[in-house]
Amino acid sequence: MRDMTEAIPRTHPRNGSRHARRATIAIAVSWILLVLGAPLTLVFVTAFGEGAGAFFSALSDSEFLHAALLTMIAALCAVAFNTVFGVLAAWTVARTRLPGRRLISMLLDLPVAVSPVVAGLMFLLLFGRQGWFVSVLERIDVQIVFALPGIVIATIFVTMPFVAKEVLAVLQETGVAQEEAAATLGASSWQVFTRIVVPNIRWAVFYGIVLTAARAIGEFGAVSVLSGNLIGKTQTLPLFIERAYVNYETTLAFAAAVPLTMFALFTIAAHKLIVWLSARRRTLNLAEEATL
Amino acid sequence: MTGSRYSGTLAWGVTWAVLGALVLLPLAAVTAKAAQAGPGGIIASIMSPIALSALTLSFTAALIAASLNTVMGTLIAWVLVRYEFFGKSIVNSLVDVPFALPTAVAGITLSELLGPTGWIGKLSPALAVAYAPAGVLVAMVFVSLPFAVRAVQPVLADLEADVEEAAAVLGASPFQVFAHVIVPTLRPAMLTGLALGFARAVGEFGSVVIISGNIPMSTLTGPVLIYQRLEQYDTVGATSVAVVMLSVSLVILVAISLLQGAGRSHA
Repeated sequence: MRDMTEAIPRTHPRNGSRHARRATIAIAVSWILLVLGAPLTLVFVTAFGEGAGAFFSALSDSEFLHAALLTMIAALCAVAFNTVFGVLAAWTVARTRLPGRRLISMLLDLPVAVSPVVAGLMFLLLFGRQGWFVSVLERIDVQIVFALPGIVIATIFVTMPFVAKEVLAVLQETGVAQEEAAATLGASSWQVFTRIVVPNIRWAVFYGIVLTAARAIGEFGAVSVLSGNLIGKTQTLPLFIERAYVNYETTLAFAAAVPLTMFALFTIAAHKLIVWLSARRRTLNLAEEATL
Repeated sequence: MTGSRYSGTLAWGVTWAVLGALVLLPLAAVTAKAAQAGPGGIIASIMSPIALSALTLSFTAALIAASLNTVMGTLIAWVLVRYEFFGKSIVNSLVDVPFALPTAVAGITLSELLGPTGWIGKLSPALAVAYAPAGVLVAMVFVSLPFAVRAVQPVLADLEADVEEAAAVLGASPFQVFAHVIVPTLRPAMLTGLALGFARAVGEFGSVVIISGNIPMSTLTGPVLIYQRLEQYDTVGATSVAVVMLSVSLVILVAISLLQGAGRSHA
């Protein structure tokens, strides 16, 4: 009897051999553990390799603290900017009939498709010593390259798509029916936005923000080019880690890598949570519809 | 709905203002710099032995990494969609690690792991690939793995079992079902994953600059060469290499856009 119930619903014909299935699972899991699991474990093992004392003294290093502060400032700017921009861009693509929507969608992918070093170079050509805007910047006495604004611009550029893409996916999936119904019933466009759109997209915005923050605190290539990597001035956390590692301060480099790795793991956990929440909401909606 | 028309126009205006300032203007700056150097200048600059070797390494290694990940990624997606096993949810989460982990952290970790005294490197000199071209390949495999898995996974989940069952009932062997039913359906998604993974791998800087040692004619990649030329104030030389890499990125973006169109009409 058990064999029959197993055989009918979700067992696919070519899954027939149990050995083949076990071997496939074993290959996939081994590959993941080798390529992804081993590096992840190594971060923590090396960071605490010389004991917890060495770990915590590394994390009270003043250069580390300055780098961490700078990274946080850049990430906050990128999150603030790209949250507003991302919602507006997603809205434009999903809810307007204005021209250029397909191009917006494609341009949004550029920052992740282009090498971060190329991104850095592009902004250097605009704001650097021989850049297009050098005379304007000199006149108003603003320094962008090798200073905080350069780091912020680089970070905003590389994290541009995340909120926009997450929100766009939700807006396209939910459709306009609820919004049109509310408008027909006399809601103002502001009411439609705050009462219908915001509740629908809030988890997408949240996950977009988490992705933006994760990518922002890890940005290396574009920031390397634009920051000048001045220790205690324009050195961000990833640059600090690279410098420490190259100088054979392995424990310091891995200790500094721990908070970044923890944030990466938090990002993944947040994603799981959101997938679970939206699955639950979908089930609840279905249950509601069923009772009507 | 006039109110919403105005707000739509406003959203459109802000979006284009930001894209104009942060994407189109920088692209224009690169194009202008490249035009200033002229086709002759660019070609001379990228045909130098060091640049040629760097670009060859970048494109070859990225293609190998993306292809390997397309095979392994499809296998992993298959296992995650079709089978139940202990620890599946953790394995599924681990797939996103390279996406979330800063590249500098990936770089120092892979260098430690594959150095002569690392966990893997000490097993055999052949596995101690830090500071060798194979190290560049490992870094690229690491950073591009999620793209392959995540491109295929949703399509595989949507694939109805009845078509496969029908083929099997009609006498197709498991291999025929795989080759004639599953692969054609997954092909746009696999190619999208390949293209995204390639784009990510070829442009990778953080992990590669740390693990490769940046030896000219051996482990120096395109993005690292751009960085080095900028450090030497060779803006034209850096721009020349950047133009090649940027063109490839744009071609890939257009290809992905077309593939996604194809995938949608297929479904």
